[in-house]
Amino acid sequence: MPGTQQGIATLADTDKLNHDFVTCPFCGLHCDDLSVASNGGKLTVTKNGCEKAKAGFEHDVPSAVPQIGGKDATLPEAIAEAAARLNQSRQPLIGGLGTDVEGMRAVLALADRAGGVVDHALSAAMSRNMGVLQTKGWFMSTLTETRNRADLLIIVGVDLAAEHPRFFERIASPAEAMFDGDADKRTVVLIGCGGNAKSGVKGGRIGDVIEIACQAEEIPPLLGALRAVLKDVPHTAPPPAGIPAATLTDLAGRMKAASYGVAVWAPHALTFADADLAVQMVSDIVRDMNKTTRFVGLSLSGNDGAQSAASVCSWQTGFPLRVSFASGAPDYDPYRHDVARMLKAGEGDLLVWISSFGPVPVAPPETDLPMIVIGSPNIKLARAPDVFIPVGTPGLDHGGRLVRCDSVVSLPLKRLRSTPLPRLTEVALNIEAALQRT
Amino acid sequence: MLIKLKGGRVYDPANGVDGEVRDIHVRDGRIVAADPSAKVDAEYDVSGRVVMAGAIDPHTHIGGGKMTIGRMMLPEDHRGHEVHRTALTRSGTGFAVPSTLAAGYRYAEMGYTAGFEPAMLPANARQAHMEMGDTPMIDKGAFAMLGSDDFLLRQMAARQDFEAIKDYIAWTMHASQAIAVKVVNPGGISAFKFNQRKLDLDEAHAHYGVSPRDILRTLARGLKELGVVHPLHVHGCNLGVPGNVDTTLATIRAMEGLPVHLTHIQFHSYGTEGDQKFSSGAAQVAELVNQHGNVSIDVGQILFGQTCTASGDSMRQYGNAKSAHPKKWVMMDIECDAGCGVVPMKYKDKSFVNALQWAIGLEIFLLVDDPWRVFLTTDHPNGAPFTTYPHLIRLLMDKGFRADMMQKIHPDAQKASILASLDREYSLYEIAIMTRAGPARSLGLADRGHLAPGAWGDITIYKDNADREAMFTTPEYVFKNGELIVRDGKIVKVVQGATHVARPDYDKGIEKSLRDYFTRYHTISFDNFKLHDDEIIDFDRGSIVVQPTGARV
Repeated sequence: MPGTQQGIATLADTDKLNHDFVTCPFCGLHCDDLSVASNGGKLTVTKNGCEKAKAGFEHDVPSAVPQIGGKDATLPEAIAEAAARLNQSRQPLIGGLGTDVEGMRAVLALADRAGGVVDHALSAAMSRNMGVLQTKGWFMSTLTETRNRADLLIIVGVDLAAEHPRFFERIASPAEAMFDGDADKRTVVLIGCGGNAKSGVKGGRIGDVIEIACQAEEIPPLLGALRAVLKDVPHTAPPPAGIPAATLTDLAGRMKAASYGVAVWAPHALTFADADLAVQMVSDIVRDMNKTTRFVGLSLSGNDGAQSAASVCSWQTGFPLRVSFASGAPDYDPYRHDVARMLKAGEGDLLVWISSFGPVPVAPPETDLPMIVIGSPNIKLARAPDVFIPVGTPGLDHGGRLVRCDSVVSLPLKRLRSTPLPRLTEVALNIEAALQRT
Repeated sequence: MLIKLKGGRVYDPANGVDGEVRDIHVRDGRIVAADPSAKVDAEYDVSGRVVMAGAIDPHTHIGGGKMTIGRMMLPEDHRGHEVHRTALTRSGTGFAVPSTLAAGYRYAEMGYTAGFEPAMLPANARQAHMEMGDTPMIDKGAFAMLGSDDFLLRQMAARQDFEAIKDYIAWTMHASQAIAVKVVNPGGISAFKFNQRKLDLDEAHAHYGVSPRDILRTLARGLKELGVVHPLHVHGCNLGVPGNVDTTLATIRAMEGLPVHLTHIQFHSYGTEGDQKFSSGAAQVAELVNQHGNVSIDVGQILFGQTCTASGDSMRQYGNAKSAHPKKWVMMDIECDAGCGVVPMKYKDKSFVNALQWAIGLEIFLLVDDPWRVFLTTDHPNGAPFTTYPHLIRLLMDKGFRADMMQKIHPDAQKASILASLDREYSLYEIAIMTRAGPARSLGLADRGHLAPGAWGDITIYKDNADREAMFTTPEYVFKNGELIVRDGKIVKVVQGATHVARPDYDKGIEKSLRDYFTRYHTISFDNFKLHDDEIIDFDRGSIVVQPTGARV
């Protein structure tokens, strides 16, 4: 049985190593050019880390042991208790899902056997994209393609320097790009990105920066007005948010003149009501533009392993997240199988919460239900769960793979230090093996 | 462990065995010669049964990002096609774009023991192998896509030393864990990123100046000189465009004897005759294929119903997107490496164009003389899901059935096709060639696809049945590496197949240029781009079989 280490989970190993080409798991860009020094379990980012990476790699992880009902237990005891709880459950809800590809594979095997519902903590954001993908589809790009080709970037509804700190350095304004000339200076347009976004748009390749300020919920109608201008549809109403019509006319001209325009959004930043309309409108504009020039979308999602969870779930079940295995076969319903909603509505009898990425692991929603937490030792919980099993963080404590936000590139993760913490994969597979039902 | 399969009628074309009654012995996974003194641990009386090697699908889109895009985009493909979990098997879904686990189970239930993903983008290789790792039961392998990647196009534009190009091809096969190389719309995927909307065989790429002809010859020659067994796997220019038969004929001639495999050739065999300016080019294509021993093909047969097309050919998929059914599609430009286009499609027997596409595919099957050079595919799922293979086999083996089916299609398509005049019926021996021995030989699988001593015990046993569709839908026994995995069309044991790769030699000096290129332009580092053996063996719980390559020239 893997992961049978008992006793106090200290990190007092004697590692002292420098690791290069380290993949950062702490946002969906998954930059892999970091250098990280490991010294007795303490990690320090020595090259190419943004503030999110530093916070993620460098925070102290308290020692932790499995617990049952708030009392220390051995790992086999905790696994047996988790299996017993799942055996008793008539409708387990398996949420969080902050893990890597390997962890997600094991979670799906467990959910399949336990008849559970699986849903990621960031599924609401992913659903904004999925709804559009499943309705009309889209035309998308990837990070390297954008880095080398983009001559116009339209950023919609997100302060990228805050959300994905290295976007401008690595993607929008790289030191070198393959197709000099058109892509030499890039125009950056910010639509409804908030007041601080412009100050983060930096880099030697950045040309004009055009800020179109509006409230988040004004983004869809503003994009609608832009689309009308692009299509030469007569419109009498002025654009929303007091934007001068000339601003949209100017933007439309730049878009038509661009060789490779890229519309960038981050679904987790589009938190207003009906935000999927913004994704829909961006996708429609991109689709229209390709009739004459080249234009693509780029969605920067995938924080907290969300892209990995959605991709693995899609290839193993056919559906992105919010899948129930209760019937014995995958059943996809992005509204019904929302774990947070199901908790509120009393539609489950056990919560299994998985969250292995720090520095502040996503905590479970408030619930009175029995709860199994499998997560990073520094997860903050409002109450002691019925079973707690601390696990390592992918890419720090063990190897693995993560799917990047563009859903094309997957990155290998390194083990940077030794730790007594087990991998989620081992924990989930052992719980599955102990389930009574076949 | 010694297994004896007693008294079956054996079809083993690689060894010239055509329906002879023979016993087959399998010891510890491999086929062995009869040894009268040895104790048999398990004997199966298969007298009267048809015995073949496990079937091998040489071109099936089973793993990689575009399939997962298709899965995400099409929940309606999965609903009503749920696969419930059993004590042995996991749950899944899907018809045209099945989930990985369901695909593996279904392939095995149909007597397939290997399937090869033909369009693995090196940038997406890690995910493609992860998906294949989650495809149980069958052996897998993948073809790395080259030809619209900026590294090769830069090499060609700079007229770099040919040895460096060969080194790059070989490095790509190592880095992406590939067994072969495919080119898709040579240069065209890249040209589309520069807003070119078509790229014919001798048209210049707007940025690099190279033509598809240059790219095809460079890659085909490179692979030959590297000793890679499977020839360049070509998805040609102008997929789906009426009149593309001329491009296809010109492509065959352009190879000037270099080994080449033209894939899903049905989609590239269209003329422009008739009222609708759409006609069959099958006869011309088949005639030229018959004359050129350096050419092999697979058909990419369409069959009527809902499916989903998924291709690296973003340029042509964008062109074809107006036919999407339902009306949605995904295109992508990918990583200065390639692209993809996923377009759901419903082929209708009452549509003139679809009906003629159906007839064109069958014409090609029936007009190409040598079954060793034509493989049975639907280009899953582009022409139809792989689950239609038994139906397709019946169309090829049963001219009465074919004539009945032809009565159902659009009447003008019936008139426009010579299909009714083709009396050929494939024999079981020929089916065994095009679904086993041929693909194994072409892919360089040393010990698969045949039943002589030394081969792995991948064996499928059918009850003989005049209804060939029923016969090939539900084999009685399927053995994988000598283990019984399917009985009467139901899985009795779940196994994890191997991943087949080929590793031609290359000069490590190329890695210096690649490292520099990745550092300057890419968003993944050179070191992390490469897919390590451990990832397939440990994380995917798989195994790797390195197939032999010839000496580098």
